[in-house]
Amino acid sequence: MNKEMDKEAMRTKPLNPPASGASIEEGSEAASVVAPQTVKAPKQRSQLAEVWRRLRKNKMAIFGLIVITIIIFTAIFAEQIAPYGYQTQNLRRIAESPSKDHWLGTDELGRDIFSRIIFGTRVSLQVGFVAVSISVIMGGFLGSLAGYYGGKLDNVIMRTMDILLAIPSILLAIAIVSAFGGGLVNVMIAVGISSIPVYARIVKASVISIKEQEFIEAARAVGAKDLRIIFKHVLPNSMAPIIVQGTIGVANAILSAAGLSFIGLGIQPPTPEWGAMLSGGRMFIRTAPHIATFPGVAIMITIFALNLLGDGMRDALDPRLKQ
Amino acid sequence: MSEYLLEVKDLSVEYQTDDGVVQAVTDLQLGIRKGETLGLVGETGAGKTTTALSIMQLVPNPPGVIVKGEVLYKGVDLLKKKPEHMRRIRGNKISMIFQDPMTSLNPVMTVGFQIEEAIILHQKVGKKEAREQAEKMLELVGIPKNRIEDYPHEFSGGMRQRVGIAMALSCNPEILIADEPTTALDVTIQAQVLDLMKTLRKEFGTAMMLITHDLGVVAEACNYVAIMYAGSVVEYASVEQLFNNPKHPYTKGLFNSIPSLDEEVDRLNPIKGLMPDPSDLPPGCRFHPRCPMARDICSQQGPKPVSVSEGHMVSCLIYEGLVPGYEEE
Repeated sequence: MNKEMDKEAMRTKPLNPPASGASIEEGSEAASVVAPQTVKAPKQRSQLAEVWRRLRKNKMAIFGLIVITIIIFTAIFAEQIAPYGYQTQNLRRIAESPSKDHWLGTDELGRDIFSRIIFGTRVSLQVGFVAVSISVIMGGFLGSLAGYYGGKLDNVIMRTMDILLAIPSILLAIAIVSAFGGGLVNVMIAVGISSIPVYARIVKASVISIKEQEFIEAARAVGAKDLRIIFKHVLPNSMAPIIVQGTIGVANAILSAAGLSFIGLGIQPPTPEWGAMLSGGRMFIRTAPHIATFPGVAIMITIFALNLLGDGMRDALDPRLKQ
Repeated sequence: MSEYLLEVKDLSVEYQTDDGVVQAVTDLQLGIRKGETLGLVGETGAGKTTTALSIMQLVPNPPGVIVKGEVLYKGVDLLKKKPEHMRRIRGNKISMIFQDPMTSLNPVMTVGFQIEEAIILHQKVGKKEAREQAEKMLELVGIPKNRIEDYPHEFSGGMRQRVGIAMALSCNPEILIADEPTTALDVTIQAQVLDLMKTLRKEFGTAMMLITHDLGVVAEACNYVAIMYAGSVVEYASVEQLFNNPKHPYTKGLFNSIPSLDEEVDRLNPIKGLMPDPSDLPPGCRFHPRCPMARDICSQQGPKPVSVSEGHMVSCLIYEGLVPGYEEE
């Protein structure tokens, strides 16, 4: 705290109006040069640290972050956590309600639902993150080209994106999956492609506002190439909206993948996918409602947590809230 | 007259907007010799920055178009160079310091990265050497090198401008274009930055074009001065000639509007009227609507540059003998 105050004082010092005369002016100058050495560097106060500090204040976002961390760990250590294998059947105990042996009951084939949900986190998280990565990278690239160069290129790229946007993303994903077949990889690609336009638009908008800034002109004045300017100067400054949209996008991607699996186009059994599990359980919703309920709850919790985190990130990254 | 390092000939730049063509710079003549400092003085909107950007070929296009003219650097026309060649000159041979240090540094990159950038782009050095050079530059401008990992928001305005100077000088350019480098700073910090620029300029032997609207800064830092009005140079002279013996009515007006320490005056004595709208320039001499000496002919005939003494050029019909001048009245 003390260090921080020191630094703060040092930072504002040269801006203080000197009382009078040149000697004082020199004095304050000397202080501004010497002070940093007395503050023991390298205490980085990068933007990241700043964002983290603000995010920490948001209880709900931290709750979301904790839940997501738990989910990620669940996915990594699924074998250790799950009491049964995801394919292990016990045909004597079919569609049983939750009990001591099977915490969330068993499904219509006698498989432990709790274990299957735990293994299902792997699929869902993979789909979520990979699909978002695809759309962020593609959308970001196209959007930054369109925003930076403008003109004809902008028109070609953005009109293509508009065409993609005109098709509901789930419909587009269905089309892609039915053309290329189901399976994990195709689902990721389908969900990824269907949300490229969203990112392209966001990135383009922020690139347009950033490329007018003076430091971009300064970068051009030192002789930087266009691509270098885009990647080193423009994009790092437009990360905030991308991160926010990306966090919320993971939730949407998980939901889309679950939706695809629900209608039977996504991940194929016996791979435990939440949407597929939900879909499998809907036939027994009257006799054994827990089969469909628990995967649904898992989807809900994950998406809820991701949305909380996304909202928190938006607040933390909003420069207008900087104090 | 010795060889110019950088010479601008008949430069005309237009901004072609939907509302009409804005003539930002018209038939501009300039020259800078090696190691000299040229002050480019004019009101806001006189075309100073456009001139600087034209030399760097950074005029935003569209809407900016360089209509005609030459920018000769060591006798070679930069306007005819390929973009790739021009890119190698920018930041390396000719570099620029920007007006507002608050916005001319990238807020998400460390100052070290930004100083290294020019070095990496133009010199064949590794990351480590570039970092060492950047540290050296930082110390040269009076910032301790352990702050190299800091971000621009952790510096004060004056320090940021010094980072800007370090960036501009990092490749040891032959020409430095400083676009109102002190306008955004406190008066006390202005003096420090100007001193620093003066010292470094001497050390490196860099020629400089200092854009400003502050005649005090010109007197402090320049050898030669070009006074710009509405897109062209109206008077070009050495600092001594200009301050002792201003010729153009506009220059005289500028000096008259500075309050004097010796005389007691109730009101300042500004030049009457406003700078003309650059999309709707008056015919003839562009200054005639505001000129106290104007005659009818001034609205019909544009002046040509006339040499009144060694190295002192004035564009005014008075000195072409077409309008009664100051002596005759």
